[in-house]
Formats: sequence, structure tokens, C-alpha cells
Amino acid sequence: MTSTTSSTRRSFSFPLELQIEPRTDSPRWLAPLVSFVAVLLALVMGAVVLALVGGNPFRAYAHIAGAAFGSLGVFSDTLVKATPLIFTGTACAVAFKMKLWNIGAEGQFFMGALGASIVILAGVVSEDASKVVTLAVMAIAGALFGAAWGFIPGILKARLGVNEIITTLMLNYIAFALVNYFIFGVWSEGGFQMTRTFQRAAWFPRLSDLADQFPIMRGLTTHAGFIFAVVVAIIAWYILFRSLWGYEIRLIGDNPRAAKYAGIKITRNTVLVLMLSGRIAGLGGMSEISGVIHRLQGSISPGYGFTGIIIAWLAKLNPLLVIPVSILFGGLILAGREIQPAGVPRLIQGIILFMLIASEVFLRYRVRLVRRTA
Amino acid sequence: MDNLVEMKGITKRFPGVIANEDVDFELRRGEIHALLGENGAGKSTLMTVLAGLYRPEAGTVFVRGNPASFNSPRDAIDLGIGMIHQHFTLIQSQTVTENILLGLDEPRFLMRLSHYDKQMEHIGDQFGLQVTPDAKIWQLSVGEQQRVEILKMLYRGVEVLIMDEPTSVLAPQEIDELFKTLRSMIAEGKSIVFISHKLHEVMSIADRITILRQGKVTAAGIEPAATSKAELANLMVGRKVFFDLEVGASEPGEVVLELQGVSAENDRRLPALRGVDLKVRSGEIVGVAGVAGNGQSELGEIITGLRKCTSGHILINGNEITNRSARTSIDFGVAHIPEDRTHVGTAPNLSITDNLIMKKYRDPPLAKRASLDRDAAQDMAQGLKDEYTILAPSIETPTRMLSGGNLQRVILAREISSEPTLLIAMQPTRGLDVGAIEGVQRLLLEQREAGSAILLVSEELEEILILADRIVVIYEGEIVADGVEPDPAKIGLLMTGGSGEPDAERVA
Amino acid sequence: MDPIIILHAGLATGTVLLFATLGEIFAERSGVMNLGLEGMMLIGAMAAFSVTVATGNGWLGIAAAMLAGGALSMLHGVVTIHFQADQVVSGLALTFLGVGLALVLGEGLSKAGTISLLPKLTIPVLSQIPVIGPIFFTNQSVVVYVGYVLVPFSWFYITRTRPGMHLRAVGENPSAADAMGVNVYRQRYAYVLVGGLLAGLSGATISLAVSPGWFSELTTGGLGWIAVGLVIFSAWNPWRAAFGAYAFGALRRTILDIQGPQLLLGLRNPFFFNPYYGFFLQMLPFVFVIIVLIIGSREAVRKRMGAPAALGLPYVRGERGL
Repeated sequence: MTSTTSSTRRSFSFPLELQIEPRTDSPRWLAPLVSFVAVLLALVMGAVVLALVGGNPFRAYAHIAGAAFGSLGVFSDTLVKATPLIFTGTACAVAFKMKLWNIGAEGQFFMGALGASIVILAGVVSEDASKVVTLAVMAIAGALFGAAWGFIPGILKARLGVNEIITTLMLNYIAFALVNYFIFGVWSEGGFQMTRTFQRAAWFPRLSDLADQFPIMRGLTTHAGFIFAVVVAIIAWYILFRSLWGYEIRLIGDNPRAAKYAGIKITRNTVLVLMLSGRIAGLGGMSEISGVIHRLQGSISPGYGFTGIIIAWLAKLNPLLVIPVSILFGGLILAGREIQPAGVPRLIQGIILFMLIASEVFLRYRVRLVRRTA
Repeated sequence: MDNLVEMKGITKRFPGVIANEDVDFELRRGEIHALLGENGAGKSTLMTVLAGLYRPEAGTVFVRGNPASFNSPRDAIDLGIGMIHQHFTLIQSQTVTENILLGLDEPRFLMRLSHYDKQMEHIGDQFGLQVTPDAKIWQLSVGEQQRVEILKMLYRGVEVLIMDEPTSVLAPQEIDELFKTLRSMIAEGKSIVFISHKLHEVMSIADRITILRQGKVTAAGIEPAATSKAELANLMVGRKVFFDLEVGASEPGEVVLELQGVSAENDRRLPALRGVDLKVRSGEIVGVAGVAGNGQSELGEIITGLRKCTSGHILINGNEITNRSARTSIDFGVAHIPEDRTHVGTAPNLSITDNLIMKKYRDPPLAKRASLDRDAAQDMAQGLKDEYTILAPSIETPTRMLSGGNLQRVILAREISSEPTLLIAMQPTRGLDVGAIEGVQRLLLEQREAGSAILLVSEELEEILILADRIVVIYEGEIVADGVEPDPAKIGLLMTGGSGEPDAERVA
Repeated sequence: MDPIIILHAGLATGTVLLFATLGEIFAERSGVMNLGLEGMMLIGAMAAFSVTVATGNGWLGIAAAMLAGGALSMLHGVVTIHFQADQVVSGLALTFLGVGLALVLGEGLSKAGTISLLPKLTIPVLSQIPVIGPIFFTNQSVVVYVGYVLVPFSWFYITRTRPGMHLRAVGENPSAADAMGVNVYRQRYAYVLVGGLLAGLSGATISLAVSPGWFSELTTGGLGWIAVGLVIFSAWNPWRAAFGAYAFGALRRTILDIQGPQLLLGLRNPFFFNPYYGFFLQMLPFVFVIIVLIIGSREAVRKRMGAPAALGLPYVRGERGL
């Protein structure tokens, strides 16, 4: 039987009629346009909510724009905020491409931070080791810990078919508790929720280090982690879109049965891809430690792992697009800290994601107004 | 007016295709009226309009003389018109009674199954359609499930029963049972529309025949006695279709595929293959005839590595590939045209290029160490697109936008261009229009000339008769005949567990 | 660490989980997965608390919570049922939305003062039954009793009534149900709404009965996600859901209590002497969920007791046949 597609009629009693039918083409300009309009509408709705709660949306948005991109100084801060987002956004994009719903980027981020911190706090590298060695070992540890945190849900799904949404999520909370244990119970500094500050060798170089040669760089907090993040994103893009493995990942994500028919091992890739995703998020944690916080403490992330999900979706699961989107969201988070009420950035992120997925219907269906036939 | 149902000037459009164009159709009380046409001619569509599923762009439906317009299948059922679809609308995990009661307003709240179970038994007896009311659907055979579908309609008091390709899943014996049932329903005062593309069935059961071709009526309400199969075929297809493919004699070479005592289970852990022995040689087409569900799907799956067998050996050119992966089969030169081209054979959101490289991407020239050479891939895709005339805007078009025929061309291009040692073709022409069917069959023959060994599994006995050098019959997981003579009557019997001696008055 | 006390207290927390889980069971039985439980629960908790503070009436608070949860669930419904968006991502978006909205609208609520809790009841005759009486029927909040009734009612509705049969049909084979005249879209909307209402109720239970007050995100603290796990564990069966929910509630109470005494089973209590081990206890509920899922998945494979066949798949009219 040839497949019959339906043109269901949703008629209102106008002389005109709304006709909805599946698309038979997909012009290249459509997807970006739809995304753009969706985000715009989301911002409008966010403004409405803000107004309802008694805020001034125009001032709030103008403030965000200024506080995030208004000057070199704040732009530099935006890039700092964007750095962990690029990591988590890329991590989520990689996993989602294979339809593995990694909601655990936050926990993997924490584990990566933990791994990097253990290197310093447990003296794996000596205090007078060089910056290069210290940072390299920290990065390896961060990647390892993150990969392990991705391995667990991966193997559970591959071997036992356990839903990865919940396992990755549960592992978030487990990671938080684990990190807290180490902070409070093992390496606490004076009973506060943080450890001692790490030695200079564990710090990423930042632009302000060059202030002596380039006075313009004074006070610029952008650190090497940003470059690191961009490089990782590019490598991830290359893996997904130019390598053989990436082809397999995309095929599995689109149609696992076809992938099986083509001889691709799905269980193996489930584990490997979740480990890769965890590794990338873990590097994000390490980067945040080395670039910004310089110690291990309880609050190292205002939800970078979750925002990463939205970024990945907005970037259409393309790591290259993750970079600019992360910068935008970085600005939002940075400026959003000063907006009351405190939940506004989160709310706007939620509305954006919602509008994005709702708008995807326009990529699948064509909506037309036609004259109603008698 | 004797017409129970009249459809005048029905036009129905879907995106990109006109399914019915200005079609007239009438059904008299107490008759079996066949709607004949090939796949895609618009027969099912026309009846879905009558059954209330879709609204036509133009035209009117009259029931018992009054114009009727349906907003849903319920409206049609209220007027006594019900349709039984080709793919059953049954809930596998629920019982017969629950399925018959599906969608009704009664019982109001409590199910009271024991009460209704008795009702179903009663109605089953009344029409000669025995069922076990508390059995779950997944426990029933296909023929029994069809009975439930019919009872569903009868329970709702329909007078006009529309059956869409009802015999496509039945064995010849079950088909006889069905025809008996249909005739007894006519005796009880019902009227039946019988949609089919099978000439011989239509000739044997219908009182009148209406033929659709490409959405238009080419003959309305003719009586079987007044025509012939050849004439009907002509009206169906519009040209002398009978099989003008040049099929030369084959010269089979070495044994390529050998199955020794292979057994396997299906998804329900029931035995699907029992001790199958089979050999296919290079340059030969072996056709597997059988009613759907007798183990053919599993047969294809174990050879291509998609299913494990529980015992036995599979050898390709002497190499043991038993229970090794799909990749192993592919590496040994096994190509697979799957039954389900949308859900298994292609990745719908990936481009044509990505779909074409699915088998060869691991090897040079497509693979350059660990990465994919995009230019090489695109060159290959463009070449294949032209060679196999795949109609699409570009090679970057996602395959979900292709028609069935073009999708099959993509799969064929991919599988055949790899110059396979062994080609497993599972229902390769299902759902395609005549032009596409011929193209596929031609390609299969070419591959045979080129020396491939081909295992052809098809539900269309005619196709096997044309193409196969050797015919094998599968029944309940066993090969009941190997190298049987191309006699439809004999084969039909074997397909249903008979002994192979032709009876009088079998499949025409 | 009295087992009676633990079980008694566990019922209250368990009821929170129970409502959310039952609601999601209804939604998923109809074929729609709604992962936004955490968001719906949080906004329910916030609505309940703020309305109760404003009006002094806990019942109005419950009504407000259910409305809030229901409204949010309808967003998910429109996007997944009509727009056929991916149900997983939509559920996640709903979580962000619900949590964000609750935080924004609930700003300042934590300073709003105390409220009177919902009434607690002791059932006369039943509370005298040894062992069971003091746990189940003595001094429990009203909502707990609502939970007791909801479980058998849900089971009965789903398995023994006609609307329940239609619900199951829609989740197993929507195109078959559609062909027989069942309005698939309407059914799915209805049960997604039920899920939202119950999630709102669940939130109200937290802020009005279990841990009264508003603690922004900590109010729900991951309970919504645990409920999602419980749905799978329960194999979409209300009785198993109840078992899982109550067991979980008891576990949480145990974790709290276990840190108290100096002696644990006659031995030195490590959790008392090193309070930092408490973090490992914090992990327990989440580890528990993972273990529960592992068990649930293996059983499902064994007994073929899987999810509703059409779960997670949008239904599109016209995709019949192929």
C-alpha cells in the first residue's frame, strides 16, 4: 500500500480556511528563520511575565544587553560565563545527536571539577610543578571523572535498557552530595563550604596577565579555558560531521534499526558516546576550577549543565553553533544575576526552549490560508 | 432506487498527488462489488471517503438516496457503513470482547466483561465466525484476528462492509473460508465492497467489478461473466502488462549460500524456522513462496545477521557466518533489501547521500583513515542518483521526502552497486506502482546475469513465477518443497500445508 | 529509629510521590510522557502556599495548586499532541518553565510567615488495629487518606471501566482507536491534564502538609524526577506505584533518623560521630531510584511487561498502514 498522507481539515467558519499539510521540501532558510522568530517570541513573552510581576521589561532587557555586551570589560566577563556553557552545550549536543538524553551534564561537570581538584588537593602533582604539567594532569583527571560519570548511565542503558534520562539525572544529585562530602568532610577550609585556594600553577592564564604588555587587557578576566572550550567544540564538530564515528552516531540517532541493519553496534556506541559527553562536561568543570574559582566549593555552577541542554537545542545540535549561542546565554546569565526576581533567567530559558520546540512544527508542516471550496 | 450507496464525482487530493479524480461508484443492496486496481490506484482512498475517514475535495456521497456527509468514522457506522482496513485496527494486548467494544458508548462505565463475552459468542455463532471472547488478540492467528474485525462491524449493525485487501495475509484455505463467510453475510442481507488487486479473486467472488487506474474509473460495475482476466488487466494497467521481461535460462555456478538445519525463534519466542536446509548458487534466483508469517522474514534476518538462530549453520562461500554480526554478513558480500524500507532500510532525516553510503562508508574511497571523504561520498551519490534515476531535488534531500518508489531505488542503488555475492530481496516490489515494479525486477535479473546469487522472498506468487529459477515453498518454518514446478495450484496447496497434488477447483 | 514512626512519617512523603506518580501513569498510559513533573510540582507548591497565606484557607490553596499544575501540563499537551514535538524535550522545557515561573512568582514567599497546615485525621475504628492502625490511620493529614482512596480507584478505572479501556487503547494503538471513533487527541489532552492536576496536588501536599513553607527549589528537591523513575518501576500499575512511593517515603525518613542516635543497632553510629557521612546518606534516595530502575527494566524484559506501546510517539492521522 502506498502511504496516504492526510490533509486534515481544521476549518473555522470563515470563507478562508487553514490548511495544514506535511511539507515535501525543506528550504535552507526555513530552520534559522523559525528559530529566530521563536526566540524573539520567547523574549516577548518573558517581557510580559516580567511586566506582570511588576518589573520593567524594557529596562531589564536593555540592562541585560548593556551588562553583557556594553563594554570590553563586560564582554570579557560574558566570555568567561560562556566558557562552561560551550563545554556543556557541546556535551549535550553530542549525546542528543544519538538521541541519548544526557540530563546529567551538570553532575558530570561537578565530577570533572572534583577530579581536577583532587589532583591538587591530594597532591598528585607537586606544588612546584610547572603550569603546563599541572593543568594537563588536571584536565586529564577532569575528563576521566566526567567520562566515568557518563559510563555509568551508558552501560546501564546498553546492557539493561535502563532509561538514561533518569539515571543521568539521579547521578547529578549523587555528584553534588559526593562533592559536598569532599568539601566539608575532607578538605574544608576553616569549616566553610570551600577548600583552600589552589596554587598559581593550577590557574589558567588569563588576559589580565598580559596587562603589563597590553594595558588594554587590564582587568579582563577571560581565561585560556575559553580557547580550550572552542577547540573542544571544533573537535566535537569534526567528530560528528566529518568522521566515520560521527556518521555512525548520526545514523543511530536517526534510525537505530537502520543502523543495526548497516552493521553498526548500538550498545557499544551508547557507552562510548555517553562517556564522550561526560568527558566534555567534565572538562568544563575542570576549566571552571582552573579559570575562575581556583578552589573547590559548593557552588561552582548556576546550572550550566541544564542550560547546556537548551543551548544544544538552540544550536540544532551543532557544536560550532554552540559557540555563539553560549556567548549569548553567557551574557544572559551574567546580566541576569542583577535582575530581580532571581528566577527570571531560568524562566526565560524555559520559555525559549518551549518556543523552540513548539516552532519546529513549522519545519514539518506547511500552513496555508486557502479559499474555502463549497 | 436499488442503490444502497452512491458516490458521485468524488475528488480527493493529498499533498502532491490526486488520489481520486471525479470518481463515481455505486453499490447495490445485497451484492459483492469489487474495487479492482493496482497499488496506488486510489481504491482504498475512495473507500476511506465512504467510511468517513477523510472528506473529499469535491463530490457527494448518497446513502439510501440521501446525501450524507461524514465527520468521522462514527458517522458512517451510524449509517451502517463500516470498513475493515488492510492493517488491522486491533489492540494486541486487549481481549476480543474489549476490541469489539472499542469506541462504543456502551457499556457506560463498568465493563462487565462476562456479560459481553457471552454476547460476542452469540453473535459469532450467528454469523458463523467463531471466536474465543476472552482471548487476547496477540494470541490469535491472522485469520482469527480478521474474524474479530468483521465481528466488530457486525456488532455495530453495519449493512455495508468494506474490506480492504482482506486476503493479503491469508492462506488459500483461509481465503476460501473468508469467501464462504462473505457469501453467508450477503445471505443475511449485507452488502460488501471488496477492494483487491488480485484478478483471480475478484473474478471468483464479485458480482460486479469497478476498476480504478491512477485515480480515475476505467470501468464501472461490469460483471465477471461479461469479461476476461486479460481485459480486466488491461483496464487496470492500460497496456499489455503480462510480463514481457526477457528471462533467459540460468546457468548457476558455485554454491554461495548454504543453510544447514537452521532453526530460529521469532520475536514472541515461538519457533519461526525449523531445521531449514537451503542452497543458493551464483547466477541463480531462488524464489521463496509462502504466505506472510511462515518464517520468511526470519529467514532473511538470520542470513543478514539481524537475528540469531538457535541451531544450524549458515555458510557464505564456505565461510561460517552463523550468529555472527550484521557487519560480518556485509563484509562477506551479502546485500539486503529489507521488507520495511522506511523503518529499517533508510534513515529518514538523513540525506540521500548519507543513506547511500551506509554500507560502504567504512572502506576507501569513502573513508580516509578515521574521517569521511565528503567529496567522494557526494560523487558516488550523484552517480548513483543518475544511474538509478532517483527523483529528488538533490542528493542532500532527506529521504523522508521521497516517494515509495524512489526510496526503493535508493535502497537498490546502495545494495546493488556493492556488487553483492548474495542478494537477499525481501518483498522488493511491495507497494510500488507497475513501472517501478518492472524496474526492480529488471535490476534483479541483471544481477543474476552478473553472477550474484539471489534469494527472493515475495508474497506475489506471480512475481516468483516470473523471476525464480528455482522455487522453494516455506510453510510454518519448514521448507516443504524445493525445486517445485511452477504450477500455481500445486504451490498454493504447499503454501497451506497440503501435499502438492492439485485438487479440483483451486486458486484460479 | 522507631519503625512505626518511620513508616508513619514515610506515608506523608510517600503521598507526595504517589500523587505525582499516579498522575504520570495516567498520562503515560495514554501515550504521552510528561517529564515536567518537577516543574508542575514546584509551581503547585508555590501556588498552594501563596494562596493559603493570602486567604488562610488550605483548600483554596489545593485548588490553586491543581489549577497551576493543570495549566502548565496543557502547554506540554499542545506542544506534544498538536504540534507533535518531541515529548522528552518538551517535558524538560516544562521543567525549566515551571521551576522558573515558580521562582519568579514565589519571590519573597519564604518571608510570608507560617500557615496552619491542612487538618490531620485519626480514623476511629481503623486506628485501633494493631501495627497497621497507628501507621496508616492515626494522625495522618487529609491528603494521605485521599491517597489511599485514589490508588484503588485508579486501578479500577484503568482496568475495569470502559473509559479506562479507551485510555489503554489510545496508549497501545492510537490509530486503531482512532479508526473506531475514539478521539485520540481529546483523550490524550484529558489524561495529560489529569497528570497536571495530580502533580499540582502533589506540590500542594508538600507545602501544606509535609514540609510547610516555601524554600524555592529545595521545596521539591528532585522529588519530581524520583516520581518519573517510580512510574517505570511501577510498570504503570497504581498498586506498585503506591508500594514504591510509600517505601521511598519511609526511606527518606530513615535517612533523617539514622543520623540522630549515638548507637545504631548497638554499635557506634558512624553517622552520628562524623556528620559528613550524612552526604552519603543524601545520595541514598537517588541510588535507590537507579536500583529500582534496574530491577524494573530487567523484569520488564523478562515479563514483557513493557510500557504502553505508543508511549512517546506523537499520533498523526493518516499514518495508517505503512
